[in-house]
Amino acid sequence: MTKHQLTRREFGLAAAGSLLASAPLRRARAATKPIKIGSLLPRSGYEALIGQGCQRSVDLAKKMLPEMGHAIEVVDADTESKPDVARTQAEKLIREGAEILVGAFDSGQTFAIAQVAEQSGIPFVINIGSDPAITEQGYKFIFRNFPTSVMLGTNGLARFNDLFKATKTSPKTAVLMIVNDTFGQSMLKGINALMPKANLPFTLVDTISYDPQAKDLSVEVAKAKAAKADIHMVVTRLNDAILMVREMVKQKYEPMGIISPGSPGMYQTQFMKVLGKYAEYAITNIPWLDPKQPFAHTFEDAWNKAYPDDVCTLDAGFTFEGFLIVADAYRRAGSTKPEALVEALKATNIKDRIMIGGPITFNEKGQNVNLPSGVIQIRKGKPAVVLPVDNAVMPPVFPVPGWSQRV
Amino acid sequence: MSGLSPRAALALALLILLLLALPLAANSYLVSVAVVALFAAYFGQAWNIMTGFAGQLSLGHALYVGLGAYAAAALFTHWGVSPWLGMVAGMAVAGLAGAFIAALSFRFRVGGVYFALLTIAFAEFTRILFDHFPWVGSTEGLFLPVKNLDHDDPLHLSGSPAMFYYLLLALTLALLALSHHLLNRRAGYYWQAIREDEEAARALGIDVFRYKVAAMALSAALTALGGGFLAFYDKNLYPDTSFAIGRSIDIITAPIIGGLGTLIGPILGAFVLTGLGETMTWATDAFGIIGLKQFAYGAALLAIVVFQPAGLWPWLKRLARLDAPAPRR
Amino acid sequence: MLVSIIGTVVQGLLSGMVYGLMALGLSVIFGVVRVVNFAHGEMMVLAMYTAYIMNTATGLDPLLALPLVTLALFALGYGLQRGLINRFIARPDNQQFLLLLAIATILTASLLIGFGPDARNVQVDYAYNSFELGPLLLDEVRVIAALGSLVAVAALWAFFRFTRTGKSIRACADNQIGAAVVGLDVKRLYALTFGVGAACVGAAGCLMLLLVDVQPYVASDYTLLAFIIVILGGLGSMPGAMLGGILVGVAEALSARFIEPSFKSAISFALLILVLLVRPQGLLGRA
Repeated sequence: MTKHQLTRREFGLAAAGSLLASAPLRRARAATKPIKIGSLLPRSGYEALIGQGCQRSVDLAKKMLPEMGHAIEVVDADTESKPDVARTQAEKLIREGAEILVGAFDSGQTFAIAQVAEQSGIPFVINIGSDPAITEQGYKFIFRNFPTSVMLGTNGLARFNDLFKATKTSPKTAVLMIVNDTFGQSMLKGINALMPKANLPFTLVDTISYDPQAKDLSVEVAKAKAAKADIHMVVTRLNDAILMVREMVKQKYEPMGIISPGSPGMYQTQFMKVLGKYAEYAITNIPWLDPKQPFAHTFEDAWNKAYPDDVCTLDAGFTFEGFLIVADAYRRAGSTKPEALVEALKATNIKDRIMIGGPITFNEKGQNVNLPSGVIQIRKGKPAVVLPVDNAVMPPVFPVPGWSQRV
Repeated sequence: MSGLSPRAALALALLILLLLALPLAANSYLVSVAVVALFAAYFGQAWNIMTGFAGQLSLGHALYVGLGAYAAAALFTHWGVSPWLGMVAGMAVAGLAGAFIAALSFRFRVGGVYFALLTIAFAEFTRILFDHFPWVGSTEGLFLPVKNLDHDDPLHLSGSPAMFYYLLLALTLALLALSHHLLNRRAGYYWQAIREDEEAARALGIDVFRYKVAAMALSAALTALGGGFLAFYDKNLYPDTSFAIGRSIDIITAPIIGGLGTLIGPILGAFVLTGLGETMTWATDAFGIIGLKQFAYGAALLAIVVFQPAGLWPWLKRLARLDAPAPRR
Repeated sequence: MLVSIIGTVVQGLLSGMVYGLMALGLSVIFGVVRVVNFAHGEMMVLAMYTAYIMNTATGLDPLLALPLVTLALFALGYGLQRGLINRFIARPDNQQFLLLLAIATILTASLLIGFGPDARNVQVDYAYNSFELGPLLLDEVRVIAALGSLVAVAALWAFFRFTRTGKSIRACADNQIGAAVVGLDVKRLYALTFGVGAACVGAAGCLMLLLVDVQPYVASDYTLLAFIIVILGGLGSMPGAMLGGILVGVAEALSARFIEPSFKSAISFALLILVLLVRPQGLLGRA
């Protein structure tokens, strides 16, 4: 077969033809150019477990949001659980063309990223990060859809009365066990400040603060048991929550119930997996996925299909909502220019959301103040919303059955 | 390095020129990475005075980083004291702490590995102490007020990575000059004598105790100065990161890889390690394997300790024949 | 109140015995080979993961896995000493430390790559049981772990006292040159000792897995703890390691009970500083 030499004429015709053919395609692409989102999470380092959990939600967002008609492109970065790495990674993402940032779970790292974002004039949507100081700096580019530790404490404490009312109980005393780290201490400050105003029927007879690195909580639990309080209030992380409940079982310490005013641990997959029947009936007052929201079900179904062995928690929900907010703002702004995005973000009003609470909106400081806590209780090995009544799937059980009565 | 060969002097001058020009050519990401490298270089040099020159292994230098950082940050946050004055206060506090630890240890004849463990113990004890210290925020952390400025404010140490880059570069070069100066004075000779053979040094009439304590105090104070800058760069502090034993280990890795006891070693090591670290971060993202960075650091350390215990710089010097003696005139 | 104090002390005692076994390995290695094993905690974490894998794969209780894990760690220690650390015996302390630090870093990173950051643990049937001794509630798992430690320590003591190899090792520790003159293969004995020290750590790891979860990042805490215990008790003294372990266990328990619990570790460091200054050879160590 003889080789056909491409003549200049043929080439010209082919070029013109392909240009014409791609014109409508190019126009369509210009209208829905994806917004480049930089996602920052601690996927290694000491927060890796929870960071990787949040990453699963990000991966869901990458799939679901385009299916809902949003044009997004997500670039992932690892903060390594360190603020200075968070900073350099944020710079790197911006350098690589990220038009907006989302993250970052830990307050210290989130703060570092916020500074980079503010200095570079790139919007930053915080999906998880509770330090109140972040939205008190007068930043213009920072938006947060997560309760501050003050909000968590206030809303969490408010739910105690709801619980007692619903179960017609009235405990007189409480002992508080609290992890001595950043989160624990700011919760403690909040609790101490709010308790006088919260009109709670119980008084705090002892506050026991323990080392987050502790591998053995036997003495701390013994101390709590000796306080002979009605309820056992806790602010924990995951591993210490497991250690603590194990000790309570071993020492036969049976308060009316274990209640957290808003800390991680007692609803995470590992907690139920390790403790089995002893995880049952643990109560946490914390924002949660709203069983009465159709989109929450859509999300939870997608999660359970993709990750059947992993419990869908508020971390998953809030992580996703961060991306939802970005996608929604971009759709309204129609441009990736920072000023346009910031204006669109300020005007956010998303009704179809995942978490309990009214539509997603931001106040003048960029904070969403409309994030109430629900009461979550572990029932049949899964977290269930038991209060407020409007969002509940079943009534709460309180006081809870003793350890020996668990099946 | 008292007699710089012409080749070495030229190399050094070229390097400094490159470093000065970097922010002009590079983007803000690379500049922020360079700042990380410069911090590592500075802390490494400060530590080098104690362990490299005087030969006393300190594994708790994070203590002085933390003291310097917290002193400057707390004074600024609570009483509006200028960061530059706050850093001087930090240096004083750290210098005293270092002198105290050294004096206590050497008075009781604690040396070698035991001394290293003592430095760890003091750092950890202080960390836990600060975890319960409300004036500096305890575990909640100390947050410095941040303003969104569109210009650099060196007086209040607030600004772009480029500003911090130049400040840190000046600091690192100044410490390099100081180290060079010290090495060629009596203090430097005495330290090296103590490092090589303490008994012989004592027999020669050197006040070993005094010079060891002085090395620690100086090393501590200089480290604290860097800590002050770090506080204003990060803008937030936690005891569990500032005083962390991980930080102490990070501080020593660069000078060891670069060349313990040499002048250029800490700086070279810092840049090599930072480059390695960023490459590993890229590799971790590319391959999805968490932990590659730590593995690479461990492997690099192992390679150096086994094959080139004196560090990269002496090896490079031999390769480039930079240590050729200056031609006689 | 008295019951509560006794209960606290007993808790500390039981935990302390497992800590003691862990520190024992460190003491043995230093006493003979004179190398300070900064990878000690990392080796124990490796042992814990090994026991964990065996439990997940075959449902084997860590107590039953103990002999196998001990053997595996022995091999590791022997190989490490023979292959790598031996070259560093004569080198300055600083370099020995850095070598072991590098090994420790590589070990932790490998575990992180292999297992990820999640905390793992094993569930045994008796995990939630407790003995009642009058008014005292004793955690069954802790009692078993403490008994396991005692058995391991007794076995080790018998090894050094009655076996030929054990006596050779002790000879080596007392007088290295003399031992060589008499015809003992010092290099081989060093490797054996490192192996034995690693085996202790292996046994301790299996017992520790009954009590706590394992994740790559806890290793350095254990290294530090081992050093505190060994310095307290005396580097190179076997009873010293056990005594140190018990002291630390009880001190931490009492301070948690009566002072701020989060101050627990500070007490251990304060003890370390005190001992290093006042009596650096430790309570039972040779000067």
